[in-house]
Amino acid sequence: MADGDGKVGLLERVKEAGSHIRTSQLWSSIFRPGSPFRAGYNDSPRNRSYVIMNNVLYHLHPVKVKRHGVRLSYTLCLGGLSFFLFILLTITGIFLMFYYRPTSPAAFEDIQALSTNIAFGQLVRNMHRWGAHAMVLTVFLHMARVFYHGAYKPPREFNWVVGVVLLLLTLLLSFTGYLLPWDQLALWAVTVGSNMGRYSPVIGDQVSFALVGGVQITPDTLLRWYVLHVLFLPFIIVIFMAVHFWRVRKDGGISGPL
Amino acid sequence: MSEVPEHILRRSAKARAAEGRSPDEVPATAPSQPAEPAPAAAATAPLEAAPAATPTAAAPAAATNGGATRDLAAEEAQFGVPANLLRRGAMARAKAQGTPVPAFAGESAPATVAVATAAPTGGGGAAAAPPAAPAIPEGVRTQRLLTVVKAGAIQKVKTEPHDKVSTWPHLVLIEFVALIVITVALIVFSAFVDAPLLELANFNEQPNPSKAPWYFLGLQELLAYFDPQVAGVIIPGFGLLGLAMVPYVDRNPAVRPSDRKLAIMIFSFFLFASAILTIYGSFFRGPGFNFTFPWSEGIFFDF
Ligand code: HEM
Repeated sequence: MADGDGKVGLLERVKEAGSHIRTSQLWSSIFRPGSPFRAGYNDSPRNRSYVIMNNVLYHLHPVKVKRHGVRLSYTLCLGGLSFFLFILLTITGIFLMFYYRPTSPAAFEDIQALSTNIAFGQLVRNMHRWGAHAMVLTVFLHMARVFYHGAYKPPREFNWVVGVVLLLLTLLLSFTGYLLPWDQLALWAVTVGSNMGRYSPVIGDQVSFALVGGVQITPDTLLRWYVLHVLFLPFIIVIFMAVHFWRVRKDGGISGPL
Repeated sequence: MSEVPEHILRRSAKARAAEGRSPDEVPATAPSQPAEPAPAAAATAPLEAAPAATPTAAAPAAATNGGATRDLAAEEAQFGVPANLLRRGAMARAKAQGTPVPAFAGESAPATVAVATAAPTGGGGAAAAPPAAPAIPEGVRTQRLLTVVKAGAIQKVKTEPHDKVSTWPHLVLIEFVALIVITVALIVFSAFVDAPLLELANFNEQPNPSKAPWYFLGLQELLAYFDPQVAGVIIPGFGLLGLAMVPYVDRNPAVRPSDRKLAIMIFSFFLFASAILTIYGSFFRGPGFNFTFPWSEGIFFDF
């Protein structure tokens, strides 16, 4: 549209360009029918269903959920926060991997360099560390919330068991990561922690040997725990999370109301 | 009318027999069977058609399995069943039940029982019927009850319908906000509080005290009271196992807190015990893992 003196206003131009893009083949090939990003989306019950159904979100969510389940006061979003923290930890962790060598003493130097030589290095390291502690906490609290709601009762018994495995994996992820800065705190905290495994009846020495890669912590342990921390444990926990979320849906969505 | 399965016919015949009527009275297979069976037919038959007919003979007469004369062509037109099939069925039925083979219109038949088909001669209610067709007295319904299906068997509702909302936008929006909030909170906190980093790891110099990461400090605290095998292996091992077994041990189906006081008490006991042990191990243990007050000798704890 033109304004008074025949010139096309900037806003109009932007709008026109916008609608041009939104009706293009490229755009509509990316956003499936029913997407709110598509041209001509209107808020109808049918389209609300399509947003989920025609979307990768359908892997996580059903089209409709119980009304009480979306109330923040029911789940406190603790399971969701655990998951989000895991995602943030993955992103920040990948960033850290660019600057980290799991050898002694390079590991320590690399962590030190994060605070001096690398843009946002300290911030990202902080986020990774605090995020990890926060995740242990939210997983714990999530478990308590599930218990107090009796949400582990049939048909959700097995999802509780999956959850216990997730709790264990979360602790292991945090614990293996704890060694990686290769400073005095890391070395001795992990020494104390993994010494407990040595007291396992019968197989104590073998457990400790497998964990630490020797009779005591050495630079070899660092490499071993690094691989566990960045590859093996995340791989396993993602599988268990997938089962966990799938079971939440298959067990009839969120439990309750009380 | 659709074909009625043989076993249902047999069952209904049996049921009627049990009610006290003789089996040969059973008009079960008649497609044009009046809904009011024997008594009605018995009442009208003598009046309208054949005075000779006894009530017992009259009932099958109206039907097609007795010794009645059947006009197969007319039945074919009416029911859409080929005449040869009708004929074969009538023969088979007669054979099975030991009743006389019916006469077929237009054929020379062994008309053993001379009873009226209502058809050509039927007066009264049947007058409106086309001349060739077997009589369906007016006002008599010709549907048959096959079986009664109770509503409960079809509409088996296991769960109460729930009050539901669309995931988009209601849940997705909350999740999105939660994601933003946790991300911003983490960035802001990380901008102000730095992660600890001490000196390079040194195998020859153990700090005093040496503490495990905070989530293991409850266990480390237990080490101060119990044998390492108990505190380090048995308690956490059985703790984890017990935790996993919770749903299989707690068989109480109730979810309302007031109906599961014992479970809540036990779980809360362990929760508080581990919280207290963790806090104690974190803040009240100093050099040599001996007791200290955090406010007098400082905090010997790092995240
Ligand atoms: C990495 C750790 C975990 C993640 C990411 C996670 C994620 C989730 C999410 C997103 C939900 C949906 C409801 C909610 O947000 O509360 C959920 C439900 C559930 N979680 Fe977890 N969870 C984890 C650990 C655990 C643990 C440790 C347990 C128990 C030992 C557990 C048991 C359950 C159960 C039983 C449900 C169903 C709850 C209901 O229907 O109300 N989860 N989880």
